[in-house]
Amino acid sequence: MIEPLIYEISRPGRCGCFLPELDVPEADIPEAFVRKDLPLPEVSEVDLIRHYIRLSQMNWGVDKGFYPLGSCTMKYNPKVNERAARLPGFVRTHPYQDEESVQGNLQLMYELQQFLAEIGGFAAVSLQPAAGAHGELTGVLIMRAYHRSRGESQRVKVLIPDSAHGTNPATTTMSGFEMVELPSDARGNVDLAALEAACDDTVVGLMLTNPNTLGLFDENILKIADLVHGCGGLLYGDGANLNALLGIFKPAELGFDVMHYNLHKTFSTPHGGGGPGSGPVGVVEKLAKFLPGPVVVKKDDKFRLHMPEASIGRVKSFYGNFGVMVRAYTYIRMLGAAGLRAVSEDAVLNANYLQAQLKHVYPLDYDRYCMHEFVLRGQVKGAPDIRALDIAKRLIDLGFHPPTNYFPLIVPEALMIEPTETESRETLDAFVAAMKQIAEEAKTNPELLHSAPHVTPVGRLDEVRAARELRLRWKPEE
Amino acid sequence: MTYVPHSEADRQAMLQTIGVKSIDELFAVVPEQVRYPALKLPAPMSEQEILRELQQMSERNRDLQHNLCFLGAGAYNHFVPSVVDHVISRSEFFTAYTPYQPEVSQGTLQTIFEYQSMMCALTGMEVVNASHYDGATAAAEAVIMAVNVARGKRRKAIVSPFLHPEYRQTIRTYTQGMEIQIVGDESTRNDLAALAAMLDNQTACVIIQNPDFLGRIESPEALSDFAAKVHAAGALLVVSANPISLGLLVPPGEYGADIAIGEGQPLGNELNYGGPYLGYFGCREEYVRKMAGRLAGQTIDVHGQRGFVLALSTREQHIRREKATSNICTNQALCALAAGVYLAALGRCGLSQVAKLCYHKAHYAAERIDGLKGFKVDRAKPFFNEFIVSCPAKPGKLNRKLLKEHNIVGGFELGRAYPEMEDKMLVCVTELHTRDDIDRLAKALKEVAS
Repeated sequence: MIEPLIYEISRPGRCGCFLPELDVPEADIPEAFVRKDLPLPEVSEVDLIRHYIRLSQMNWGVDKGFYPLGSCTMKYNPKVNERAARLPGFVRTHPYQDEESVQGNLQLMYELQQFLAEIGGFAAVSLQPAAGAHGELTGVLIMRAYHRSRGESQRVKVLIPDSAHGTNPATTTMSGFEMVELPSDARGNVDLAALEAACDDTVVGLMLTNPNTLGLFDENILKIADLVHGCGGLLYGDGANLNALLGIFKPAELGFDVMHYNLHKTFSTPHGGGGPGSGPVGVVEKLAKFLPGPVVVKKDDKFRLHMPEASIGRVKSFYGNFGVMVRAYTYIRMLGAAGLRAVSEDAVLNANYLQAQLKHVYPLDYDRYCMHEFVLRGQVKGAPDIRALDIAKRLIDLGFHPPTNYFPLIVPEALMIEPTETESRETLDAFVAAMKQIAEEAKTNPELLHSAPHVTPVGRLDEVRAARELRLRWKPEE
Repeated sequence: MTYVPHSEADRQAMLQTIGVKSIDELFAVVPEQVRYPALKLPAPMSEQEILRELQQMSERNRDLQHNLCFLGAGAYNHFVPSVVDHVISRSEFFTAYTPYQPEVSQGTLQTIFEYQSMMCALTGMEVVNASHYDGATAAAEAVIMAVNVARGKRRKAIVSPFLHPEYRQTIRTYTQGMEIQIVGDESTRNDLAALAAMLDNQTACVIIQNPDFLGRIESPEALSDFAAKVHAAGALLVVSANPISLGLLVPPGEYGADIAIGEGQPLGNELNYGGPYLGYFGCREEYVRKMAGRLAGQTIDVHGQRGFVLALSTREQHIRREKATSNICTNQALCALAAGVYLAALGRCGLSQVAKLCYHKAHYAAERIDGLKGFKVDRAKPFFNEFIVSCPAKPGKLNRKLLKEHNIVGGFELGRAYPEMEDKMLVCVTELHTRDDIDRLAKALKEVAS
């Protein structure tokens, strides 16, 4: 059952809102400035609501069921966060209001900066970046500014393990640097020999996700930090996987110099179908003056906006995604230190519980305890033409959102599974049962997998056609 | 308080399945000297306690529920119809991830496709993507895209001094490692003619704002002439426009813009102290493969039914990695959904009505303020819903008194962006202001200035 487009339910003369009458005299509008047509749809309020509600029903969300999407931390989004973020005293404030008149906002931001700094072990935090990748760009530009401030502009190489998120290499290019890819060793760690060989005085730093995208904590982390620092480089932490380490260790204490946080992953703010997120950046003392700003400082019991003295500049307008910050702040205040540690402990427990059972069903390339996620091969012995994609789509039929597939790139047919801490044992058991059922079906009825999903409003979609015959908007003649 | 469902018995059973005695064993790989640090955080709180504290914290703000606001300058106080929050509060939308699995994401994908369609209609562009973080980052990405369209051979961007000052700063931050020269905004004397004089064969793009940061609008004729000059030099024209103004004014696509960007917040998104907002980003179809950001595209499924997928994702970082032109991954999907619902709710007639209400009320306000002793409204150029007011005293001083004595948040103090304009404020009027509100402002200004 497909839903018509908003344009297809449009009828001339309808309107979905009621506007006030003009209560001032009309002013002249120069005719030449006025557009001739405004081809927007015309729908009544009831038709509009039904349209969007029906569309919402064609979506999967955390509130509907298990969403074990690796690297994305699809934990439950507490409803109190939404209520907090909608308090009119927060919502109805303008970013250019005088600081004196928004002390509540600034206090919240100041305290959130402190909380994040404490969790990461960093000296200072800027809340301005709007997303994880935005935080990465911020972090790498800070590294660049630091080296240049020391007259070391020959540093142009950013080291990136082959297990890294795609944003890391893209960020490197955006920052004007070259990337050097490092292989992983047989245990899923950074290959130390390759790292050592790459470390010289042209290195900006290493971008490391730890635990990495295999869900593995790098066993040589201290040695890695020493090697990078030894050649004058900096250690960047991709905080996408922070959900494994709250209260377990502070990244700065392991040698990370700069790290971004994903408030929309670790700190329970909703993903919104792709955003908005928030990607604050934490840094050690020597990098604090390069942070983007303004950041919030406290002086004589007043909160003020302040631009760090050698700031890389602002990375967006205003101060960051404030509404997202309110949600993350609420979460941290409700959980406290013990609650946050329990989050990471149970996230890791849940992942290992799944891994321990599923590694007998699907190949596991790196067989050791994982952190908050793990990566299987979506392959079944005795069913050679079954791919990770088939398994992913069949899971939809059985009532689960698929894991991340085909990432990380170093595992063929990757299925990357991150259960998060908010899932119960019963949910995890049901997922294991579904994965086992699929492995059986792969052998006995492979067509069932190839043609999956069967229960969704649309079947598998032709992505090649979408790229070849680009249709990126509705056109009247269609 | 945690959102973890396990009982101790559950944990023990699970540990047994894993084959370890305690959770600590799972963390044995973490170097001991850093393991289990104490986190100095406030004690945990219940839901009712945190709500009470946040309520109090929020009341420490002078919010716009209780104070009349005439601030704009890139973030606009418009009415948000009730349907918008209703739709974006559907948790099928807000608890979903990026629609990488299209069969279970048709809701998000179709709403993006509709957003793209309506934004194309509004801006006059052929393609609009699923959004950037905000107007400022969209501006920075536009400059980078223009350099890429020129295959990196042109590395100069001419930036109007009347592009939002924070957009100009963001462009500089983004491009600091890219060897791109940013010129044009050194002086407020750089009008369109002066910017045109800077065009050369190194110029990748010119970026202007209309209505500009000071609220002024150029005629479509002047803009078309300018576009022709930009194109004759082989450069692209990038235009930033307040989307509400496009309910009334000739859109960028009709006067020759190659890329149209801007802050989408005025479309159904609350002020939220500066974010989350959304940057809209549109271009001509010939450049679509150089454009960053997500796109929803129409296709068919195995049964031949219409459906939507993320299109051209081969441009994006998760596939192209270091060869991608941008690292953008997250967009502002829920904000774009709000913008889409807003555009659909207002529609053809409603949006033009909102734009006209803004226009007429702003002109009424200008009339009232211009008549006040010591105040002067700059009427040298037509304006949309913001205008420059020269004040008889420091605008900052007037604003403090306006808030203290009249519960009014006054206009943007232009000295913050342009040192030579320190006696001027930028007053913004929207459909939310009644005639009484405007009269109240005029009366209050008179009082605080005397």
